[in-house]
Amino acid sequence: MPEARVIPLDGRNDPSSRRRASASADEPIELPVGGDRAGGAPDWERKVAGAMAFLRRRITGEYDVDEFGFDPDLTDNVMLPVLRPLYEKYFRIETRGMENVPSEGGALIVANHSGTIPVDSTMTTVALHDHHPARRHLRMLAADLVFTLPIIAPMARKSGSTLACNEDAERLMRAGELVGVWPEGFKGIGKPFSERYKLQRFGRGGFVSAALRSGVPIIPCSIVGAEEIYPLVGNIPTLARALGVPYIPITPFFPLLGPLGLIPLPSKWIIEFGEPIETDKIGSAGADDPMLVFNLTDQVREVIQQTLYKLLLARRSVFF
Amino acid sequence: MSAKVVLVTGVSRYLGGRLAAQLSADDTVERVIGVDVIPPKTDVGRTEFVRADIRNPIIAKVIASAQVDTVAHMSVIATPFGAGGRTAMKEINVIGTMQLLAACQKAPSVRKLVVKSTTAVYGSSSRDPALFSENMEPRGLPRSGYAKDSVEVEGYVRGLGRRRPDVDVTLLRFANFIGPRIDTPLTRYFSLPVVPRVLGFDPRVQFLHEDDGMEVLRRAVVEDHRGTFNVAGDGVLLLSQAIRRAGRVEVTFPSPAVSLVGSIFRRSGLVDFSPEQVAFLQFGRGVDTTRLREDFGYTPRFNTIESFDDFVVGSGMTRLVDPARADALGAAVMGLVGRGAAAGMGVVGAALSAVSAVRSPANA
Repeated sequence: MPEARVIPLDGRNDPSSRRRASASADEPIELPVGGDRAGGAPDWERKVAGAMAFLRRRITGEYDVDEFGFDPDLTDNVMLPVLRPLYEKYFRIETRGMENVPSEGGALIVANHSGTIPVDSTMTTVALHDHHPARRHLRMLAADLVFTLPIIAPMARKSGSTLACNEDAERLMRAGELVGVWPEGFKGIGKPFSERYKLQRFGRGGFVSAALRSGVPIIPCSIVGAEEIYPLVGNIPTLARALGVPYIPITPFFPLLGPLGLIPLPSKWIIEFGEPIETDKIGSAGADDPMLVFNLTDQVREVIQQTLYKLLLARRSVFF
Repeated sequence: MSAKVVLVTGVSRYLGGRLAAQLSADDTVERVIGVDVIPPKTDVGRTEFVRADIRNPIIAKVIASAQVDTVAHMSVIATPFGAGGRTAMKEINVIGTMQLLAACQKAPSVRKLVVKSTTAVYGSSSRDPALFSENMEPRGLPRSGYAKDSVEVEGYVRGLGRRRPDVDVTLLRFANFIGPRIDTPLTRYFSLPVVPRVLGFDPRVQFLHEDDGMEVLRRAVVEDHRGTFNVAGDGVLLLSQAIRRAGRVEVTFPSPAVSLVGSIFRRSGLVDFSPEQVAFLQFGRGVDTTRLREDFGYTPRFNTIESFDDFVVGSGMTRLVDPARADALGAAVMGLVGRGAAAGMGVVGAALSAVSAVRSPANA
């Protein structure tokens, strides 16, 4: 049986091609096609049909965009599929504590920010969509700068971001959306590599008062691994000021290797969602009590910092 | 307080004319007086037309002699076309409003003032919240054109409200009107053969169907709704999406070039591309209509998408990108894929059997 030795090698991992190949030994053409129709091809055809339906919707404009400019059709069919390999294969992200994120109703996810480019927020979006049982979309609050940049601005809105202001945050949370905020902002994302995993100041606590006014729980989220994707070793403040951006990063590979230096290092990530901090008992009056807001802000910050230390201790290495 | 004698300014313009026609069909309204500098071209029913310029103090005599109790100020105009340029437009909008309000303040018979304003008073910038409520301040005050005029008009209207607290002031901030019949800078924009867009930006836009707008205006005149209200269809469209729904072809320019292209369009008298329109095409705008629905008590019958679709169908524009054609193309591709898949598998199967046929004697 020489055929048996030769043919399976061609399609060892693909049962349909093996079937096709072994069948072809007996009946050359008819059976393989029939076999495939029953197995892989209809699925493949369905995918093409799905893609065609998607393209048709895009060409004719027959899709819905919410008031914030969020385009679920584009997010689910283009943006998430593009990010997914990065999440699963490249950073091999492990999520913990997903049960702390409610399946419905508003909540505010507060996370540490790092990595020179906000890859961590996009990965948190993938985590909550792919690994939460309710497949929730995360609505991110983004910095002013994002909405002034061509191409970036509409992409941000279409993928569910909106401007980080109290009006928008409260509107989203009241509507029962899952809102994500990175209160360190540019201080966190653009900090030098030597200060990795040291939380920066948490803004003015605006996110806490927004959560208090909307009566939604605050869920601390700790992200380990994003600090190492672009180790920021220097900055060109003069150029940054001239261009009106917070910093111009220098990493060991950028700008030294040019565009190649833009490839992130394949660190292994862990995203942990902590226990929710309930705010509905405090009530919206608490939002006008600055001391309470400061204390709550510190509490959230402390929880994230402690979780980061715990995860760092448990981590075997940066890359594995 | 029901409106007995209504004065409608800007009666020769589209919205003013329609409002006058609607009011004259209403039996509870005793008299409708329409004011404009040119006679109305449309049928305005039993409206009595008075040829007067609101920039002229003669308007005070009209109000006093007819014992007007309700004034609907509709002559804040949005484009310099037809008005005779930007200077004349500003005169009509700002000086006209000042004169009209001065006359209203002096006339004890006036009990209600309804003013057509625009959501453009919120401006358009990258720092805007997703939706503006009536009590929110613009992030940057509009510095030119219709939007600036409207901000000033609103200022004078508020002034009158302070000085005459017995007058019920209704300020209606309308989103961009759209519909099968109305002619606005935006309907002209979407009717361009190739629609220009700002490169790298995709603003959210909200539309208000002309019929909904008219109904809100009518109710504001015949019912009592003191206050400021945003009026817009529910939901938003992205500009790119709107262009696709209209079956138009778009062309993108970087924002400095849009201003340049805009001024060419403006000079050619085709479409009004004033700087604040360019900002709108870059950042867009959305408004919250909760107050309209809950306090005013009106829910627009058309949402933003339906309004826009009604405009596309009703204005009879030719769709360059046709959904039917897209369907045909889709079907063709699917057919090709189906056949291609079958053929492809067949070829692979044949190739494999050929390979095995070649190899088997060699191995044997």
